[in-house]
Amino acid sequence: MHKYALRFIGVGYLTLLVGVPVALIFWRTFEHGLAPVWESLTDSSVLHAFRVTAIVAFWAVLLNTVFGVGVAILLVRHRFRGRRLLGVLIDLPIAVSPVVVGLALILVYGKFAPLGGWLNDHGIKIIYAYPGMVLATMFVSLPLVVREVAPVLEEIGIEQEQAAWTLGANRVQTFRRVTLPAIRWALTYGVVLTMARSLGEYGAVAVVSGRLIDKTQTATLVVDERFQNFDQSTAYTVSVTLAIVAIMILILINVLRPKEHT
Amino acid sequence: MGIRVHNVVKRFGDFVALNGVSVDIPTGSLTALLGPSGGGKSTLLRIIAGLEHPDAGLIEIAGENSTALPPQQRNVGFVFQHYAAFKHMTVRGNVAFGLEIRKRPRKEIEARVNELLDLVHLRQFADRYPAQLSGGQRQRMALARALAVEPQVLLLDEPFGALDAKVRKELRDWLRRLHDEVHVTTVFVTHDQEEAMEVADEIVVINHGSIEQIGTPDQLYDEPVNEFVMNFLGPVTRLNGVAIRPHDIEVLTDPEHGTVPSTVVRSVRLGFEVRVDAIADDGQEVWVQITRGEADRLDLKAGSEVFLRSVTDRVGVLSSISA
Repeated sequence: MHKYALRFIGVGYLTLLVGVPVALIFWRTFEHGLAPVWESLTDSSVLHAFRVTAIVAFWAVLLNTVFGVGVAILLVRHRFRGRRLLGVLIDLPIAVSPVVVGLALILVYGKFAPLGGWLNDHGIKIIYAYPGMVLATMFVSLPLVVREVAPVLEEIGIEQEQAAWTLGANRVQTFRRVTLPAIRWALTYGVVLTMARSLGEYGAVAVVSGRLIDKTQTATLVVDERFQNFDQSTAYTVSVTLAIVAIMILILINVLRPKEHT
Repeated sequence: MGIRVHNVVKRFGDFVALNGVSVDIPTGSLTALLGPSGGGKSTLLRIIAGLEHPDAGLIEIAGENSTALPPQQRNVGFVFQHYAAFKHMTVRGNVAFGLEIRKRPRKEIEARVNELLDLVHLRQFADRYPAQLSGGQRQRMALARALAVEPQVLLLDEPFGALDAKVRKELRDWLRRLHDEVHVTTVFVTHDQEEAMEVADEIVVINHGSIEQIGTPDQLYDEPVNEFVMNFLGPVTRLNGVAIRPHDIEVLTDPEHGTVPSTVVRSVRLGFEVRVDAIADDGQEVWVQITRGEADRLDLKAGSEVFLRSVTDRVGVLSSISA
């Protein structure tokens, strides 16, 4: 009896929290057939927003992959002053609200901040432009690659790398031929998580993008804008598209996961 | 000279791992670095390989000052205790690694890899992954990988330490034979004195970051310079206050010149040998190692009166070791 009660609570909780809302969004989207969905998806502002999201996510994933592997190697393979502080800083984005991240970026890179002003004078616009949005997305997805790769690096140890050195391989060759193949599944997993996080980012990007329609508006910002303006059909369609992408990513993660053990 | 180590000092924080170590290892020799764990022998090996950097001192490999060279440029082969196999590569891929890095022609690599796989008897496992091999096979693969690049020096860090007793014994014999075939200057680290004596031409005993003694297995066993070496290389007991090997004591039933009257406490058979525990009449405990035939002839029991005498002519050396 006890067992069934627990199951009931578990399933009920998930149904109310995740199942019903997601199902409702799908239902509302397709409630009047495919025509309004198609119309929403071909709206030029929506298409532009998807492009902005794709561009920002691409750069954030690329940069965080390179940076994440570098930091993981630094954290695991090197002993230096401030190493633990670096570890804490890497995890900071999990604890800090994305809105705070956005505001903090404006404080550094905004037109009226010393660094931002200087960059602006030299023709480099960060805030209300792609660089700021990429920075904000990178910040919120910062720990994902590092936290996937670091434990695997720890586990494989340094001896394979040292063996490669004694066989004549330089640092780059050792990384490419020994380290990278050993961490490849963890890295893939981290990249997929980063991608999911980047596509769905709202708060930090909302602050630094300025929400300029047809300029810096991302897919998640479109959902918010259309919903506020009673264009619920478009809001639902974009939401569902994002949800489908997220579900595909989740499936991808679960396909990849067992391979970590081989 | 194969390897020259001169006044090498290495500290880890406050811990002195090597305290001014100097040793010359001749070309083509098979040398053991022997000592208790934490004594500095692995650190010395890793410094020779360039995997650690000495705080002071000099390393020469084949006449070249290698102190500042990175491991890539030292042309050494290194074998790790836990194999350090490249897990995502086949046996063939592992052995070919160093040659591929050196961009040798593909034909040459294939021929060389096959030759090495034959040498370590792994030809039929060439396309397996390390996870599909036993510990002994993995270590042979690691050895072939290290030898593939024709290193000037082969360094092995407790190479048999992770293997079970039987495989360890096989690999020891095999390493000895391999060295007789390949003749590369070889240094291996071990804490097992039997392993060192069985395999090495020369043994360097290292303890507390310093060299205690360097010599052939016979020299170290028969003429240890101090009690640490004597204790580490083999069994030790005391007769007349002098440290002595228990098999260098003669057991007599009648007093003769230079004998010490003693009483047998017990005698234990350990396969082919018999261990006799006794108390000398000065109250000192002593134990003697004799053959089974001798023990049967003497008919020793607890309480038997015996007379013990040193039979070694090396007693002069041993008596110099203070109690």
